Amino acid sequence: MPANGVPTKITQGSQTKGGIGESTLRPDGTLKVTGEFAYSSDMWHEDMLWGQILRSTVAHAEIVSIDTSQALALPGVYAVMTYDDLPTEVKNYGLEIQDTPVLAHGKVRHHGEPVAIVAADHPETARRAAAKIHVEYRELPVITDEASAVAPDALLVHEGRDDHHAGHVPHPNVVHRQPIVRGDAAAAARRADAVVTGEYTFGMQDQAFLGPESGLAVPEEDGGVHLYIATQWLHSDLRQIAPVLGLPEDKVRMTLAGVGGAFGGREDLSMQIHACLLALRTGKPVKIVYNRFESFFGHVHRHPAKLYYEHGATKDGKLTHIKCRIVLDGGAYASASPAVVGNAASLSVGPYVVDDVDIEAIALYTNNPPCGAMRGFGAVQACFAYEAQMDKLAKKLGMDPVELRRLNAMEQGTIMPTGQPVDSPAPVAELLRRVKAMPMPPERQWESSEGADVRQLPGGLSNTTHGEGVVRGVGYAVGIKNVGFSEGFDDYSTARVRMEVVAGEPVATVHTAMAEVGQGGVTVHAQIARTELGVTQVTIHPADTQVGSAGSTSASRQTYVTGGAVKNACELVREKVLEIGRRRFGSHHPAWATAELLLEGGKVVTDAGEVLADLVDVLEGEAVEIEREWRHRPTEAFDLRTGQGNGHVQYSFAAHRAVVEVDTELGLVKVIELACAQDVGKALNPLSVVGQIQGGTTQGLGVAVMEEIIVDPKTAKVRNPSFTDYLIPTILDTPTIPVDVLELADEHAPYGLRGIGEAPTLSSTPAVLAAIRAATGLELDRTPVRPEHLTGTA
Amino acid sequence: MDFLRPASWGEALAAKAAHPTAVPIAGGTDVMVEINFDHRRPEYLLDLNRIGDLREWEVGEESVRLGASVPYTQIMENLRAELPGLALASHTVASPQIRNRGGVGGNLGTASPAGDAHPALLAAGAEVEVESAARGTRLIPIDDFYTGVKRNALQPDELIRAVHVAKADGPQQYSKVGTRNAMVIAVCAFGLALHPATRTVRTGIGSAAPTPIRAKAAEEFLDAALDEGGFWDNGKIITPSVAKQFAELCSAACNPIDDVRGTASYRRHAVGVMARRTLTWTWESYRGTRRTSEGAA
Amino acid sequence: MRVNFTVNGRPQEADDVWEGESLLYVLRERLGLPGSKNACEQGECGSCTVRLDGVPVCSCLVAAGQVEGREVVTVEGLADHAKQRAEGGCANGACGTSLDEAKAWQAKGTDSQTGEGTELSPIQQAFIDAGAVQCGFCTPGLLVAADEMLERTPNPTDADIREALSGNLCRCTGYEKIMDAVRLAAARQSEGV
Repeated sequence: MPANGVPTKITQGSQTKGGIGESTLRPDGTLKVTGEFAYSSDMWHEDMLWGQILRSTVAHAEIVSIDTSQALALPGVYAVMTYDDLPTEVKNYGLEIQDTPVLAHGKVRHHGEPVAIVAADHPETARRAAAKIHVEYRELPVITDEASAVAPDALLVHEGRDDHHAGHVPHPNVVHRQPIVRGDAAAAARRADAVVTGEYTFGMQDQAFLGPESGLAVPEEDGGVHLYIATQWLHSDLRQIAPVLGLPEDKVRMTLAGVGGAFGGREDLSMQIHACLLALRTGKPVKIVYNRFESFFGHVHRHPAKLYYEHGATKDGKLTHIKCRIVLDGGAYASASPAVVGNAASLSVGPYVVDDVDIEAIALYTNNPPCGAMRGFGAVQACFAYEAQMDKLAKKLGMDPVELRRLNAMEQGTIMPTGQPVDSPAPVAELLRRVKAMPMPPERQWESSEGADVRQLPGGLSNTTHGEGVVRGVGYAVGIKNVGFSEGFDDYSTARVRMEVVAGEPVATVHTAMAEVGQGGVTVHAQIARTELGVTQVTIHPADTQVGSAGSTSASRQTYVTGGAVKNACELVREKVLEIGRRRFGSHHPAWATAELLLEGGKVVTDAGEVLADLVDVLEGEAVEIEREWRHRPTEAFDLRTGQGNGHVQYSFAAHRAVVEVDTELGLVKVIELACAQDVGKALNPLSVVGQIQGGTTQGLGVAVMEEIIVDPKTAKVRNPSFTDYLIPTILDTPTIPVDVLELADEHAPYGLRGIGEAPTLSSTPAVLAAIRAATGLELDRTPVRPEHLTGTA
Repeated sequence: MDFLRPASWGEALAAKAAHPTAVPIAGGTDVMVEINFDHRRPEYLLDLNRIGDLREWEVGEESVRLGASVPYTQIMENLRAELPGLALASHTVASPQIRNRGGVGGNLGTASPAGDAHPALLAAGAEVEVESAARGTRLIPIDDFYTGVKRNALQPDELIRAVHVAKADGPQQYSKVGTRNAMVIAVCAFGLALHPATRTVRTGIGSAAPTPIRAKAAEEFLDAALDEGGFWDNGKIITPSVAKQFAELCSAACNPIDDVRGTASYRRHAVGVMARRTLTWTWESYRGTRRTSEGAA
Repeated sequence: MRVNFTVNGRPQEADDVWEGESLLYVLRERLGLPGSKNACEQGECGSCTVRLDGVPVCSCLVAAGQVEGREVVTVEGLADHAKQRAEGGCANGACGTSLDEAKAWQAKGTDSQTGEGTELSPIQQAFIDAGAVQCGFCTPGLLVAADEMLERTPNPTDADIREALSGNLCRCTGYEKIMDAVRLAAARQSEGV
């Protein structure tokens, strides 16, 4: 254990079963294994209609005309709506910048943009009707990259911008720009004994959650609507939906339906407003379920990026300076691009100590598919590039790549390029040490007495090699990710906790609007309630908008922020319960007034363990309920010119070691093992923690070797919107993932915990790439790397 | 859309004659994707699932008559000895669930250059048994079957009943490149069959030309080289230069395109690598069986 | 058209079925059995896996009309299916404890609304116990596929498990906990025999 950081010590509730630190099982587990768990696409209502969206077949065009008459004439069709049918003056939505039309208005800006919507009595009727809507387009030239976006004669993707970034961007086709300047990179470069430069490309990754966008909107008698929806943030949806419908927020009731994964792809709206519009128009419940093809157009993707880096170091390996320029393609609409820019810029040098930096990150408006939030959020692209640079630098210096990283590793107290001190444990060197110390997987595991087992070789079942051309490589990477919403955002959550006696037992009910998307927040909330209230029975109320906002299930923030809110509300409930206890029983025992009191195992006990009362007796006939907002400590905006500012709440670190075997002749890769070490502050549920790390690691593997949405640069049309051609790793592509969990408490966070969901997605990709470089000797400056890149046949 | 459910082969032929635009559906693994994604709205679907003998096979003296709907799983598990190339190819088809439904008839009917069975059928030598109510049965040599991108030699009133595949008289191999280790469509594929009985080799290439093809120049070269070197008799290791030239000729037989699954240049390259490797594997196997038989004699 | 078939041992009739509908749609939207999931509708994810006459298939690629007169088992019927299998196997007295074994491993979670008390098949229980469920959308298909593999191959190697489940995508777990779950179910199954 390194010197900085200590494990979290828990007193209250430490004796109560099923509390924090235990690997309790998911409360929704049984429902999910029996098929009874109701996902958004499982919603059904008597008399419901099916909604269908007509999407643009071209990326950039003026809409000359839309003729819906044939569609409306089709039997079984209840409504067809276009821009002209929108009920209010609010016709756009957006997370930060309201630049996204609910339905296209005179122009489409990307392939697959919604143009019209249909409601009909059967999905096939709705599809046939949509096909009968005639849209005439006049095509416009497409903007697809930085050169075409800022060319002197470039068309503007959005005319007349008046958003708050418009004033400081170098060109209207740049959504946001964030420089970070600290020290004097030019002067420092003169001290460098070794300088390496690189130009890197990061492909467009899709979240590829398995449950496609879907939901059911039910019109209500008061003129409002109830939406059952899979989302990451109910209240953010609500804020965007209600004005378009012309309804006050209390008339748009939202209940979280089962969410089939998210990974950032449900932070923006998809079919929410469309379903509500159709329900209100027809007076009938309307269900919309995207198929996989549509899902690729229905949500934003991870920003593809071009990254230009220069690293310098002294001959003994100390970093002198880093210069970098990160160009993110935001696509046609802003979505989360500004925040992704802030992240990419502020985390662009990685978890290293370097005093002199010159950084710029921008996001473009183009006619490519809109890009926004995905697990890792700007830090992923940067990590791929800076880790490639660190390897390149090590090679140039003749140093061991892990040694170079450890030599420059940040630690608690290090000042970030933004000027923000890292004020909690940052065990970067230790994580690298641990991941390197793990035992190596045996060589040639594919050899068996019956010959080569192709399932364990590159190419797998396709029988491409029996060992020929196969070379092993090992690579390392480490990354840094921020936790929570940054740059001065008011990042809070709300919890309502109730305690009462039900059927002779004390029961706690936890009600939040947190979107459970699979991460296990509901498991952890119950654990927190058990620990804080000393009870075993906890009910998790369905998430809805009848309670205050929980913020987004993203940025690795929910256990921290909504977990913090639940903890806080529980503490307040506990105080109230003790108050009642004192009122009722205070005269029975002096300890009620004098001792430190705890709730344990359904009883009020002293810190010495003496039982004072049963909670059943304390709470008899009374329920205690408290709803409170809870905030983590505030952050600051980054200065627009220098990037200085205490912009982040907390950092999260993970390191990977990848062992790959590459068929060097065919360019096929088999990842043999992806070992991970991560500091989690405090593992509230160790089983879930490991599950998150393994899942994040695998998404990083995917974008290393196979995952990429391919957009035609001539037409800006998506060429592979299906699971046939957008490939995600199967169980035969995924290696064993040993995980070493470190728990160094962050004193600023509840229980000392650290947000964990994203960090493993960062370092997984560059570790795999490094291993492939080691096996092939190739430079490899793009991800994903495909067979043609490994065989000189691109 | 009408759903036709013939209970017998005769009824199926009659239905196809009455409705030549009817789309046959057996495993559904191609047709249903097109329907689910709204790429196709046939007037009639002709369900072949109720015709039991399409799921049966007979092993004859010289060939196997393989019902059009015999699932790939069955081929993998039951015909590994008789049809080793096709059994290997079957194992590379999509996923276990798809292999439980799909059969060779579907691959032939769709005639996609990426169909996994084609290179194996080309290499082994096969005839496609098709039938119409009007003209009865005919056997189409596999070399004449593929007529264009997703086009085949079937007449509109014909249905594929079975495929007759020559029983292996020597080692066969099959190899397919995909960018994932399972459940992947071929970037390109290669099948090779040694035919010691006729002292010939046959090849099949998938996804590297508008149709599945044989690398005939490569076959002729290798036939001649093996013959000249007395390899069939002396069982020597194939000279690296021969293997290299065979691989190059296989590459040269390709006429691939760039698409989202891979580049043309990669496909040519990979076909060459697979040709060389499968030649090594099959030839080593042939030498092994020769040694065994000599040892026994 | 009308389709009659058996689902989880019960005769079912679906009326007014559009000819292009899949078995998956009929199960989910007409028969109230949404357990089989609609993640890709192109046979590339396995989330809709059901047993058709005993064989695992993607129900999204089976035309509704093709199941006329046939037997389908979905995730909703998996516990019963496993129970019958266990009981069938017990006719010779060889495997009487597998169910008790499964019960001994009932989830200890005491949170409400959990479907507590539901009888689960060993593979379902193992998925919960091993942490193999996150968002859960892939889970039903994986369970049907894994259960069928354990029926065929009671003592699978890791490579066997990976091959058998290679048609089922999971985006959350990285498959490690799924491997654990299948190993666990196999181990419990062999202990129970």
